[in-house]
Order: sequence, then structure tokens, then C-alpha cells
Amino acid sequence: MKNRNDKKRVVVAMSGGVDSSVTAALLQEQGHEVIGISMQVWDYAKFAAADGEKFGACCSLDDIHDARRVAEQLGIPFYVVNFEEEFQRLVIDDFTAEYFRGRTPNPCVRCNQWIKFELLLKKARELAADFLATGHYARIAHDASGRFRLLKGVDEGKDQSYFLFTLKQEQLAATLFPLGGMTKQEVRRLAAGFGLRVAEKGESQEICFVPDDDYIRFLEEACGKDRLSGDIVDRRGNLLGRHHGTYRYTVGQRKGLGVAHPHPLYVLGVDTARKEVIVGGRDELSGDRLIAAEVNWIAPPPDSVIEAACKIRYRQKQVACRILPLTGDRAEVRFLKGEKAITPGQAVVFYREDEVLGGGWIEGNSCNE
Amino acid sequence: MIYMDYNATTPVHPEVLEAFLPFYRDSFGNPSSIHLAGRRVKAAVEEARERLAGFLGCEPVEVIFTSGGTEADNLAIKGVAAAQGGKGNHIITTRVEHPAVLNTCLYLEQKGYDVTRLEVDREGLPDLARLEASITGRTILISAMFANNETGTIFPVREIGEIASRHRICFHCDAVQAAGKIPIDCREMNASLLALSGHKLGAPQGIGALVVRRGVKLHPLIHGGAQERNRRGGTENVAGIVALAKAYELAQGSLAAESRRIGGLRDRLEQGIMARVPDVLINGDGKRRLPNTVNISFAGVDADSLLANLDLAGIAVSSGAACSSGVLRSSHVLSAMGVEPSLAKGSIRFSLGRENDEADLEGLLSRLPGIVERLRAS
Repeated sequence: MKNRNDKKRVVVAMSGGVDSSVTAALLQEQGHEVIGISMQVWDYAKFAAADGEKFGACCSLDDIHDARRVAEQLGIPFYVVNFEEEFQRLVIDDFTAEYFRGRTPNPCVRCNQWIKFELLLKKARELAADFLATGHYARIAHDASGRFRLLKGVDEGKDQSYFLFTLKQEQLAATLFPLGGMTKQEVRRLAAGFGLRVAEKGESQEICFVPDDDYIRFLEEACGKDRLSGDIVDRRGNLLGRHHGTYRYTVGQRKGLGVAHPHPLYVLGVDTARKEVIVGGRDELSGDRLIAAEVNWIAPPPDSVIEAACKIRYRQKQVACRILPLTGDRAEVRFLKGEKAITPGQAVVFYREDEVLGGGWIEGNSCNE
Repeated sequence: MIYMDYNATTPVHPEVLEAFLPFYRDSFGNPSSIHLAGRRVKAAVEEARERLAGFLGCEPVEVIFTSGGTEADNLAIKGVAAAQGGKGNHIITTRVEHPAVLNTCLYLEQKGYDVTRLEVDREGLPDLARLEASITGRTILISAMFANNETGTIFPVREIGEIASRHRICFHCDAVQAAGKIPIDCREMNASLLALSGHKLGAPQGIGALVVRRGVKLHPLIHGGAQERNRRGGTENVAGIVALAKAYELAQGSLAAESRRIGGLRDRLEQGIMARVPDVLINGDGKRRLPNTVNISFAGVDADSLLANLDLAGIAVSSGAACSSGVLRSSHVLSAMGVEPSLAKGSIRFSLGRENDEADLEGLLSRLPGIVERLRAS
């Protein structure tokens, strides 16, 4: 096992933002040999040429430019790797397909899973790097048994461990999260202290490849308008209205239904086969269990039911649950109290206090079964 | 650093630096001014034009100085197209041209011109019979490169010029990579237009030239003052013009000796790699090739990883074409030549020049095989 403190060669995934820039500066200050890499996941030229304006996404050309300038400022080598084809296939195609299957995808987890900690980590290894470092707010601990544990970032508001539940032991062993023990405020202060040119830069937007956070426009431009339009119904099948595409709706959504009803209606589920959006009252939104698929255990996988906590979406407090491992990398999660808006396609991440035990992808809620 | 990327750019030759620096110091002036300062630099510009014309086999009035090779290519293609009025709208080029030519043709195509892009064979050469067969009554221009920047393959430019002249069509030759490396004679090759770039042959970046033979109708790209006989507005880059002529003179003077020396280095580099690294493939025409260039595919390796590793080991080489972000794109040249995508993505261009020597060769050969082996194992 490598000593994580000696002078190492570290590849830093640089996005041009404050967090990854500070990550690079910190590691350099600690005496490591730092190499910056930006991933080009999108053919920006295509978009800039198409509408003659800047394509305002998180990893846009401007951000690669910023990353390059930070690398120059630090005096570290900097390279751009081309993952356009892989990102399209593994992240964007999955994103659109999930919506058209009536699910609500989480492309950031997929990007971590298939791009950053798979392809970029491979690039880092090809550069003979000992570690890949990112600006994620999460921590990696190495326990006495030799096992790596994934812990939340200490900044509650910034903790990004939810997006990292797919990491395997060998990935954690080769990864550094230097910002995990800091608050965003501290990181900004460090950025200013290092004199980084991006110290004042704002936060990146939600989904890097979706312009203006308008995912519906993105889907329609990719796949055509008004696909899967159909009826809005209640659980008993009563027709309440019409909709212009099931992909416009996500479980728990209240706005944009356009249905007049005595009490507020929420989306309970989407049935793409029948092209139906199923709605109901707030009380109907609660579920007491879910099935998770593609479960990854970072902690040792349990043989039987365990008491734990979980999050079924990023911006949520973790809630108490019981997790029952099932065959085929699946698990059943039972909530002690009913959970609102269990959304197929989102990630369910298992926690015990600060530690990420693992997680999986929400398969169905009671409305789809 | 071991620099083996001369087809990207070259260090400025010390004698060139000596020749042009005075124009940044005492000998300043605007060539259009009528006072002494102006006259002095005007004379320097015209002398440079005469000398360059002498080397290229054309008349001084046929030389237009530009900001570089890309502007020269743009001026040639757009300038000829615009001057044709309604008489023709068809341009013939090849699939392996530099983006300066390909994207200019693409732009004209979007504006309604017809563009024929000739396929090339495995060596990167177009079929001349097919070239001739694609000429129509509306063909206004054949644009073909002298030598390919990625593989070094040399086109049969004299034969292309013959075909063009037989059909009374303009032949524009992008000679950016050939200039200073192999002999160029506009008259002999029947080129109507010929583009070159200073920084590929020991002059600084930001200077180039387009030869436009008498009788070729050309509209300017940059409108402005009456400079360059109304064919290129804007105050002349005096120091650059002086540098370009000086660099060409130096390159011309040592052409035979340097191409033997550099060609020898290149051949030993090629043999050295073939002997030490299994599963490599040389791309391009082994015989008709620039003496300084070799393009090699390393099976099972990503060029960007190989480039980065060589960079970290202090060796500067390149691969394919980089886009604005600096990311590598698959090479349109190798793809047109029918190189398998899996091999094309592991292709590296080594391009040697004046300052390379045996020690550079040894430095490269001592580091490259280990890197390739490690990448293949990972």
C-alpha cells in the first residue's frame, strides 16, 4: 500500500472551477507532483457554431480555458482529454433513455461512475500517477483492516458523497478528495490566499450538458417534440387532463400539471407504455419501501437486514431505514416512516452516520408495481 | 527539452532574429510614409519581396505578404472564387488538406459553391485520373497541398499543375509544409497561387505569403489601404517580411545539406523505433515524403496518453489536429488514407528540424519504448 503522504504524482481533474483549482494548489503546496487534466465531454464548437453564442455549460470551452490558465498560474502540466464519444454514450444517451422510460436519471452519478473514476482514472494511471484527485466534498478513510471507507464531506451544505456511492475499493484506493475536510467558505478563502484567478467564480450549474437547466428542451431537441403525449389520470384511471410528453414529469412534481382539482395534485408515477401520467393527493405520494438495483457496497456487504439511514435524493436529510440485501445486486429498503416521492431512476444512498455504506438505483415505487 | 515538432512551429533562426530585430528598434517606419523613415522600411520590404520571389520562381509583384499560411490559403481560395463572378462555382481539393483549406472550402460550399474532395490512397496520394475526370466546365480552382503536414507525403504537384494548366484552371498549392524543406518553383510546377508560412521555416509566427501569378483574377480578403497593390490592406508587418525572406534564404542555402542530415536522423529515428517497439506502423508514402517527417501508429496506445507521457519526459511531439480546447481529434488525414481507427488513434508525428541532433535521437529512443510498453500493459 502506498503511503498517501509521501511525494506522489497526482492527476487533478480540473474543471476550471474554484474547488478543483484549490485541490490542485493544495496538493502542489503539499509537495506533490501535480498534473492537471480537463475532460472535454462535449463538442462545444458544434454548439457555438450552431447558435453563434457561448454554450453555457459547466465544462464549457471557457471553463477549460480557466482550468488551463490556473494550471499555468501554478506552473503544472495540463492536458485535455477527449471523452466526447464516451460521455455521449454512457451519460447523455442514458439520461435521455431514462426520461423516455419514465424515470428521472442522475447523470452526475453516472459521470462519476463511468467517466471520472473509470476513464479519467485510467488516464491518470497511464500518466503513471499514484492518485487521481478531484474537488469533491467527501472524505476517504483507510481503516485498520485495509478497507477504504467513504465519508461525507464535513461541510453539510456541500457534502457530495451522495454522488460517489458507486466507487469500488480499487477506485477509492487511487483517489484523493483534499477538500473533504473543509467548508466551502474555507475553500474560497484558500483560493483567495493562493491568488487563484478563479477565486471569485460562481457555482457551476445543475447538469453540465443541459443549457439553462432546461432539460425538457434538451430532450426535445435530442429526440423530437411531443413524444409520449397522453392522458393525466388518477390511480383509479379517471381521466383528469392531457399532457405533452411523459418525460416532462417527475415523481413529486406539483407544478405544470394544468389540471383543475379541489386539492393539490402531485405526480405519483409515469407509465410510458400507456403514455399516462398518474397523479394523486399529497397523502398518496408516500411510500414505505423501494427496491434498489445495481447496488454497490463500499462497506462490507451485509448478509441480512441492517439498520441504517438513506437519502433518496441529493438535497435531503438522511432518514432511518432497514436495508435487506437481495440477490442479483439488489436490495429492499424499508423506511421507518413513509417517504415522499420515491423516484425511479434516482439514487438511493445508504449511510451510517457520516459513512457511505453503499447505494443503488431506485427501481420502482408502489405506483409502478 | 527535446523538440521534435517542427511541422507545428520552428524556433526563430538566430540570423533571422538579427535581421529583423533592427526593425523593432531603430529602423521603424510605415512603408506608406513618404519621409525617410517610411522610405527606408519600404525599401526593406521590397528587397525582401524580390529575394523571396527569386527563391520561389516568380516575379516580385506576384508576392503578397499575409499574416500567415492560413490567411494565404483563405485569400487564394476565397479571392479566386469571388473574382470569378458567375463564371464558375466548382472547386476541387483533397480530403487530406490542412483545415485552412478544408474549412475555407466548406465555408464556400455553404455559400453555394460545389466542392469535390478527392479521396487519397493508402500512401495519402490522390488519383490524378480522377482529379482530371472531376473537372467540369464550371471548375474554377484546384487546391492541393505540396506536402502533408501530418504524414509528410509529397503530392505530385507538377502533374497537378499540368492538368490544371491544360484545362486553364487555377491551381492553388498550399506549400506551407514544403517551404524550406524541399525545393519549390512556382513556374516549373505551374502553380497559379502558392501559400507559405514563416514560422514553419525559422521566421516568427504572424507572417506568411501568397504567390499570385500574373493573370490570376483575385479579390482581396482584407480591404483597406493600397498596400500589396490593393490585394491586402493593412500596414505591412515589416519585421516579419524581412524575417520571412531571410529565413527562406537560409533554408534555401542549406537545403541540400540539411535535408540529407535531417533525413538521416529521421530514418534512424524510424528504424530505431521499429527495432525497439513492436506493433508499429509507418503512415504515408515512404519514398515521396518530406525528409523531416515520420508519422507512426502505435497499436494499442492512445496518442494523447503517449503525448502527455513524452511531454512529462521532456519530449515535444504531436498528433493529428488539436481543437481550440487543446483536445485531440481523430486525424482526418489518416482516416482518409484508410488507416484503421484503432491504429489512427495511437498515431504520433515526429517532425525534425535544424536544432535536432543524434543526442535528441538517443534521448527519444531511450524513453519512448518504455512508455509505450507501460501504456500497453495498463
